[in-house]
Amino acid sequence: MHGYANPARFLKIARPATAWLLGIGALLLAAGVYGGLAVTPPDYLQGETVRILYIHVPAAWLGMAGWASIAAASISQLVWRHPLAAVAGRAIAPAGATFAALCLATGSIWGRPTWGTWWEWDGRLTSMLILFFLYMGYIGLASAERERGGEGRMAALFGLVGAVNLPIIHYSVLWWRTLHQGQSISITQGSSIAPELLWPLPLTMVGFTAIFAAVALMLMRADLARTKLEARLRRSAAE
Amino acid sequence: MSQWSFVFAAYGLALLATVGLVAAAYRSMRRAESEAEAATRRR
Repeated sequence: MHGYANPARFLKIARPATAWLLGIGALLLAAGVYGGLAVTPPDYLQGETVRILYIHVPAAWLGMAGWASIAAASISQLVWRHPLAAVAGRAIAPAGATFAALCLATGSIWGRPTWGTWWEWDGRLTSMLILFFLYMGYIGLASAERERGGEGRMAALFGLVGAVNLPIIHYSVLWWRTLHQGQSISITQGSSIAPELLWPLPLTMVGFTAIFAAVALMLMRADLARTKLEARLRRSAAE
Repeated sequence: MSQWSFVFAAYGLALLATVGLVAAAYRSMRRAESEAEAATRRR
């Protein structure tokens, strides 16, 4: 990873990668959404609302993966002082917050016809809402530290401590058996969803992930360009 | 309300959020990169 510590080397890869990720993401999403809305059959129990799964599950995955990436960037910053780690954390946070909010909103829209309620203070829903608030706190803290010229160490610590919420979200459906259903897809045990309903999900999962990565790269490029501009302005003022 | 109304509401919201996020990130990147380039040219 330290090979990409040089911003010029990072930008050489990030520029073409942004366009590729956006293109691949848009294509996979279009295919997954078409499959989810027009090809798959309705579920025998949930009816048509099962189609919300194809956007709700990727949003939940990216909300959690976003914070896991912030925690990884925080370790990289605090332990190895990687110069791009704080930039990466600041760039990932807005995308992660958007997908955490989208997960809550689509879950709520699905919950109304299926559970008969927009919201319930259930373990999974509440821990996901806490994740969204953590993102808000991280964005505020990281941008305040950047404006004051700090290295972002407080935000990095916050990113690490906030990662405690990730296993709580994951195991909430086992620890508190309330309204949210248990895990339907597992790496070790496979899926309990019928294959004819499942196939568009990997398409939207990878599609949304590619778009998330493209957004994070664009925000990293914006952050690096602002740093370059600020350095130039400081140098001009000193001359 | 029909089940499809909930499905379209969820997909519409996802489309708005995704397009809005990409557009905001792209605008932020373009603005910052063009300002940095302009500052380099001025020197």
